[in-house]
Amino acid sequence: MKSGQYNPGRTFGQVKQNWGLYALLFPAVVLTLLFAYIPMYGVLIAFKDYSPALGIGESPWAGFKYFEKFFNSYQFSSTIKNTMIISLYSMITFPIPIILALMVNQMRPNRFRRFFQTVSYMPHFISTVVMVGLMMILLSPSTGMVGNLYSLFGKEAPDLMGSTSLFSSVYVWSDVWQHVGWDSIIFIAALSSVDPSLYEAATVDGASRWHKVRFIDIPMLMPTAITLLILRVGGLLGVGFEKVYLMQNDLNGTSSEILSTYVYKIGLLSSQYSFSSAINLFNTIINFILLIMVNQISKKYSENSLW
Amino acid sequence: MGVLEPVVKESMGKIKNNRSSDSVMEIIMYVIAVIFLVILIYPLYFIVIASFSDPSAVAGGQVWLFPKGFTLDGYKELLRHENIWIGYRNTVLYTVVGTAIGLVVNISAAYALSRKDLVGRKYVSLFFIFTMFFNGGLIPTFLTIRDFHMYDTFLVMVLPFSVGVFNIIVARTFFQTSIPGDLWEAAQIDGCGNLRYFVQVVLPLSKAIIAVLGLWIAVGYWNSYFNALIYLKDPNLYPLQLILRNILITNQMQSGMGTGEAAQIALRLANMMRYSVIIVATVPIMCLYPFVQKYFNQGVMIGAVKE
Repeated sequence: MKSGQYNPGRTFGQVKQNWGLYALLFPAVVLTLLFAYIPMYGVLIAFKDYSPALGIGESPWAGFKYFEKFFNSYQFSSTIKNTMIISLYSMITFPIPIILALMVNQMRPNRFRRFFQTVSYMPHFISTVVMVGLMMILLSPSTGMVGNLYSLFGKEAPDLMGSTSLFSSVYVWSDVWQHVGWDSIIFIAALSSVDPSLYEAATVDGASRWHKVRFIDIPMLMPTAITLLILRVGGLLGVGFEKVYLMQNDLNGTSSEILSTYVYKIGLLSSQYSFSSAINLFNTIINFILLIMVNQISKKYSENSLW
Repeated sequence: MGVLEPVVKESMGKIKNNRSSDSVMEIIMYVIAVIFLVILIYPLYFIVIASFSDPSAVAGGQVWLFPKGFTLDGYKELLRHENIWIGYRNTVLYTVVGTAIGLVVNISAAYALSRKDLVGRKYVSLFFIFTMFFNGGLIPTFLTIRDFHMYDTFLVMVLPFSVGVFNIIVARTFFQTSIPGDLWEAAQIDGCGNLRYFVQVVLPLSKAIIAVLGLWIAVGYWNSYFNALIYLKDPNLYPLQLILRNILITNQMQSGMGTGEAAQIALRLANMMRYSVIIVATVPIMCLYPFVQKYFNQGVMIGAVKE
């Protein structure tokens, strides 16, 4: 029988025969139902005047009240702007791990290369809390490394952690420092699967190393790079809570409030559950639309897509 | 022969030319690589030497290459700090239990999904993947977990977020590409069921992916503070990262210590501890990496294969 044709008897037989596989799936399915799908039902509170006493089902409908409240609030444009700035700024640094991978690939496989790779992964293991603590220590204008460096030249150091204009730079470049090595792994792996005969053929044709990088390595990396880029764009408004929240202080407040920190403060610190959920839902929907759009564009022009 | 000579000569010249430009490129590349290494290593090295130095020398910018005024006071102070040890114990527990649960749940689901004869495979995959792009968000998830009476319990730290869709996809690709289908057919003929086959045949062949996912999950648990921040109230359940946050970032150590000389000493000790605490919190998880490194290329390679 051709596959694809529906035959209830056979299907049932297959399910019964492979019951062990369903047993293996069971824990993950149950956990996903409980902790991912049940909360999805809770999204309804974004459209309700949620009251803990009544619960999600019984609380009265509020329509789009909370969405309108957010769109009309003075926080709307500033949180979106801050989120976008940080996101787009990070996007610009996207090629750096690729460049690193191309470099590592050019190194001869020896001790230096191994040392270089091991060291470049190390910062990735630093937790966000320690990372921000490290930044506060090192970037301090009075006692930190940067402060001392400036005073060597008799200049006064800028307060990097307490600056509104430099917040996004500090955020993005510290992230590059921490993750560039780790992010390059996937590209190094992709490069190691290039057929060596391509390089040999290129050498015979008189190609220089630069030519090989330009015409073999870079094209080989494109599919991986585009897939990762699509995922990034899909998370455009999803800048992580963890690091920004820890980096926030009284001085950089106006440029450090992003959607996710705002959702946390409104929701958990001031208990406006419905309002917070509405902002969160808005965020998710925009990301979802972006993802679909970018995926469509990529499908059309480069044959790379997520689905 | 005579006719070909100029052509051969010309191309020889070209190759020679490329060789010299190749070596220029190589020198530039290694120079960049060394600069890059210094930028990556120096901050880490600075923290290490600062942790062994007299804090006033560190603050005064006298510590650059070697520890100055060698002292172990920072580490001694750390030993006296009870909260840190409670946090340490909790983090170790969360990491061990969380990683064990995560591995069991994700690896077994991934294996089931890798089998082509699993009826409804496509739909189950979709069921998981959908949660990557759409979720209930902070408040609905919080309310769900509270309704399950998991707020402020040990369980909330290890169970609700143990399904990692990305991990499942990577492991599924691994199983599809490196466990031959014939093996199952042979086992089946011998009367071996799915579960026994999975445990006795598949798992021993999958050390690479188990090691890599184990590292990812363990690093995640060791470094996370977000869930603790949201779902824990009892300080006796706090993981290390939350306690670090108080020491490194919100400076709770320093407030409430009164004034005068005693406070000065307390402040000095707190500053001292900042460096040693970073080392003590980061080194253990970094130590995991070398054990997994040999599996890494294989494991990540699989992740790089686009599905």
